[in-house]
Formats: sequence, C-alpha cells, structure tokens
Amino acid sequence: MTKPINQRAWFLVLPVLILVAFSAVIPLMTVVNYAFQDSFGNNEFFWVGFEWFEEILRSERVHDALGRQILFTLIILVIEIPLGVFVALHMPRKSGTWTSICLVLLALPLLIPWNVVGTIWQIFGRVDIGLLGYILSSLGFDYNYTQDSFDAWVTIIIMDVWHWTSLVVLLSYAGLRSIPDAYYQAAKIDQASRWSIFRHIELPKMKNVLLIAILLRFMDSFMIYTEPFVVTGGGPGNATTFLSIDLVKMAIGQFDLGPAAAFSIIYFLVILLVCWVFYTVMMNTGKVDG
Amino acid sequence: MAKITLRKLAHTYEGSKEQALKPLNHVWEDGAAYALLGPSGCGKSTLLNIISGLLEPSEGQILFDDQDVTASGTVERNIAQVFQFPVVYDTMTVGENLAFPLKNRGMDQDKIEKRVTEIAKMIDLSEQLDSRASGLSADLQQKISLGRGMVREDVNAILFDEPLTVIDPAMKTDLRIQLKELHHEFGHTMIYVTHDQTEALTFADQVVVMNQGEVLQIGTPTELFERPAHTFVGHFIGSPGMNIVEGKLVNNHIIINDTLCNILSGYDDVDNAQIGIRPEYCALSASEGLPITINRVEDLGKHKVVRAIYEKSDINIILREGEEIEADMNHVVFDSEKIGIFKNDWRVEHD
Repeated sequence: MTKPINQRAWFLVLPVLILVAFSAVIPLMTVVNYAFQDSFGNNEFFWVGFEWFEEILRSERVHDALGRQILFTLIILVIEIPLGVFVALHMPRKSGTWTSICLVLLALPLLIPWNVVGTIWQIFGRVDIGLLGYILSSLGFDYNYTQDSFDAWVTIIIMDVWHWTSLVVLLSYAGLRSIPDAYYQAAKIDQASRWSIFRHIELPKMKNVLLIAILLRFMDSFMIYTEPFVVTGGGPGNATTFLSIDLVKMAIGQFDLGPAAAFSIIYFLVILLVCWVFYTVMMNTGKVDG
Repeated sequence: MAKITLRKLAHTYEGSKEQALKPLNHVWEDGAAYALLGPSGCGKSTLLNIISGLLEPSEGQILFDDQDVTASGTVERNIAQVFQFPVVYDTMTVGENLAFPLKNRGMDQDKIEKRVTEIAKMIDLSEQLDSRASGLSADLQQKISLGRGMVREDVNAILFDEPLTVIDPAMKTDLRIQLKELHHEFGHTMIYVTHDQTEALTFADQVVVMNQGEVLQIGTPTELFERPAHTFVGHFIGSPGMNIVEGKLVNNHIIINDTLCNILSGYDDVDNAQIGIRPEYCALSASEGLPITINRVEDLGKHKVVRAIYEKSDINIILREGEEIEADMNHVVFDSEKIGIFKNDWRVEHD
C-alpha cells in the first residue's frame, strides 16, 4: 500500500526557518560578506578574497589576544572545576533547610547581570573607595588593578571564579544527588576509603554533568567580554584584552569592518571546533557506559 | 561468625512521630537462615540496616555474641549486605568489583585471586571477569553485587535486602538455590528480606513476619501456616490467605451469628472472637455450617478456589482434586482441628 505523497507539512517548519534566518543566518552572512570585501565608504565594496583572513592569521595583536584568552580559560577551568566539585561534595546530601539556603546562596551570583558583576568588582577593587582594594592597600599590599597587569589578572580571575563556580557546583551537586543511597551503604560495607568512594562512585556518576560543566565554562570564558571590559577595559595596556574585547576594539573602535569580520569568523570556527570535539567525546563516553 | 541478640530494639526516624520499628527482643542463632517477610514499608529494611550498622537504633541494644555493638559501624561488625538494586563500581572490571572488599581489608593478592575465581564460578560470571561491570545488564550486575556480598569468608552474617527484585523469574529460582547451597556450605548466618512469601518460605529455616514496624511471629514455614500468631500472618501467608470471621466462643462452642459452627475443647470463653480457618481446611456442604453466597469459582488446574462471601467477610475455599460443586452447596463447614481463635488479632491459646 502506498501512501499519497503530501508535502504540505513543510509549511509547519516555515516559522522556525524564518526565525532562524533572521536570528542567525542573515546576520552571519552579513559578516561573511564583510569578511571578503573592502570599503572606502559611500557604500562601495571591493572584493578582496582571503586577504583579511591572512592578515588576521598573521596579526601579532590577534596572536597575543588568543594567547591571553587560552591562558585565561585554562586558569579558570583549572580553578573552577575542582573547586566546584569540592564544594558540591561538602554540601548536605539530604534535602533540608540548609540545602535550600546553600542553593539560594550559590545561585545568587548567577542571577546578577554580567555588567553589574563587572561594576561590583570594579568598585570592590578600587584602592580609594573599594572594600577589597582599600583593605589590601592599607594592609601594605601594593595592589592596584588599573596599573599592574598581574593585579588586573588576579582580580578578573577571582571575579570569574566568584561568578561562575556556582554553576559547576550546582551541576555537580545534581549529579551527586542522583546517586542512590545504596551505593554509599555498599561502599561502607565494602570498607571503601573516602578517596575510593569519590574515585569509584561519585566521579563516574558525575562524569556526564562535569563534561557539560566544562563545555559551558569553556564556551563562556572563551567568549568573555562584559565583565573584564567593565573592570579593566582590557588594560592596563593590553594586559586583559581577550579575544572578544580585541574584536570589538577592531570593529567598533577602529571601524576595520573587513578584518573584524574575518576575525569573527575564525573565532566562531574555533569555538565550533572545540564544541564539536567535546560533543563527540560526550556522546562516545555515553555509549561505552551503555 | 556470631550469635546476634536484639534487646528491646526500636527505632524512630528523625522528625517522625511513629516508630518505624517497635520494641523487639530476638536472638538470631549463629549459622541459621532467616527470612524477614512483610509488605513494603513494614520496617524490615530498617531492621536489616540496624543489624548491619548502617543505621543506629534510637532505642535498645544489639549484641554480637556477648559484645555490645550498638554504636559500632559496619566495618567493626564485619557484615556483608546485598541491596535491592545492583551496586557496581563502574570504573572497575567484574573481577575488580569482586576483589574490592578483600583488597580494602588488605588481603594477599594470591588469596584474593583464588577467592574471586571461586566466587565468579559460583555466580556463573567466570567468563566476564575481565569485562567492565558498567556495560552489563541489570541482572548480571546484581549477580556481581551478590558475589561481592559473599566474597568475604569471615563475615559474621550476610544480609540480603530483597536481592532478587531485578532478576528475571527463571534465574530467581536458580539463584535462590545457589544461596541455599552456599548457606549449607559455609554456614554463615543469613538474613533475607523479602515481601514474597514463596521466596521467604523456600529460603529460610525461620521466617520473621513483620507488619507496621512490629514483629508478629517468628517461626518455621509450617508453624506460620498451621498456627499463625496473628490474623495478619494468617492472611499474608498462604494463597489465598486465611479466612477470618467474627464470632464468639461459649463453652468451647463457636457461634457465628447464632449459628453453631464447631465444637472445640480447652478454650476459655471469648466474646469478640475472630475465627480463622485456612481455605484448605474448608469444605462446601448442602446443609451444614454457615450459609454463604458464592461469587465465582477459579479453576487453577491443580485445584479450584471458591470465592464466597458470608455477611461482610470474604470466605475462600480450596476444593481438593476431584471434589465437585453441586448446585445446592451453599454452606461452608470448617475443620475443627485447624481452626484458630483470635482476639484483637492475636491468637488465643488453649489448654
């Protein structure tokens, strides 16, 4: 028996297609358009091929920003992931008032708009009026994030850890809560050490949520813009100019639309590549576990 | 190995007003196989966790031989326990899983290997020893849990908390027989929690029947069947369970609503008595006994079950092979020998 062919169902997909076209495809194609052309104003454009891409790939300024970006992302991952797991392990395992209090406190930093986070730390760290900066300098520390690049890095890293470790905690905690009591009881009966319990029960059960946490923290930190922009504006000098900040400087500060567009596309592809690698790894570990 | 004594043991969970386990005195003899039988939520797992040391009782004492272990943890008590759902260590192979409790106790590598091979053979997992435990099906994983429970030879007792829930029915019988063999071989004290009476009655020498946190009767399967101490036991054990009819006992005459049913001997008078009789010991009659309304007859092949009603009480009658039902058989008679008299649900003893 053959069914009559009816293609009208495609109309049902139309709203999504339109939405995606306006929210993603058209803006992205505009950027692609800029990336291959040059303009001297008057809305006149000239085809330049891959010239902008070559320029960006050779640009020392972009290399430096990329280097800073990778260093930053690595540092915050190395701090936030273990710290988040550590905090989650020490949360109360059963539901109760304390659990609720912990969860609310942990969720607070996640609810604050990013530029407000930046403003909070910008003021918090100021030597003249900020609580942190003032105390540090009156204790005799030579702390000033607007002049010293090391201080600027420390401030931004602590800010990011403060802002985002909660996310790792919440995800890990969800993973921990899904472990049935019987596992802990069996481990007790088997006389497993605390480390064994972590290594053979908790970590394997948290693995999937941890991969998601790492992926989210990687993407977010690799694209970080607002908070360091508000705190340091990329300075002192270029010390905290990460990829996004550099990109915005190039596109809006200098109005180099062509190179900036090429930069955007490369940036986009790098993130896409890393996410794809993560995704593949996640799917495959899922398979092995069956 | 040890004799386990419970002294006035009771437990109330934190924040709960009701006792999850009502005061209990009992001695678990060394080397015996016990079953804890009762419906879900009756406190049997609570009792098990108290014995294994995972839970500290809120009242009373627990002794291993003569030593008070009420406050000791599972490690000091040296107990093995198998849980309802499989617990395997995902990161390890089947062999490493089985070896884990031995390794944690610092046993020699050679001895561990020897013991693991033995156990693997017993639970029929020899071929999977080197494969990852996480990829196996639920019943194989539960076999690993069982294996891990039995791998230590020197334990004081092995506790099973409904261990065959996830195992498929055909394998259940096999595993139960294996457990029983193991019990004969090593003579560990075994306590087996279940809500399945067949499982309890086939596994254990002594069955402990619990309901609502209370131990109602401890006895052999025959005792539970023939002389239940409580109407709940009568009802819970047997299929269908014991029939219970309200009546009274005057001068050893059982009178149900002015009908004289049976004449017993040696009882004191009981006003509000519950008359308990197993369906196996009831017979249909055309004229004698209690008048009943028969609702339906279930033919189970080997025997027939008559589902009937007297006033508001269900009466089930099991007809033996070859017995036929005549159209005018609308009365039931009880076998005087097998009648149990209960008052406020507890059995009334007689001389």
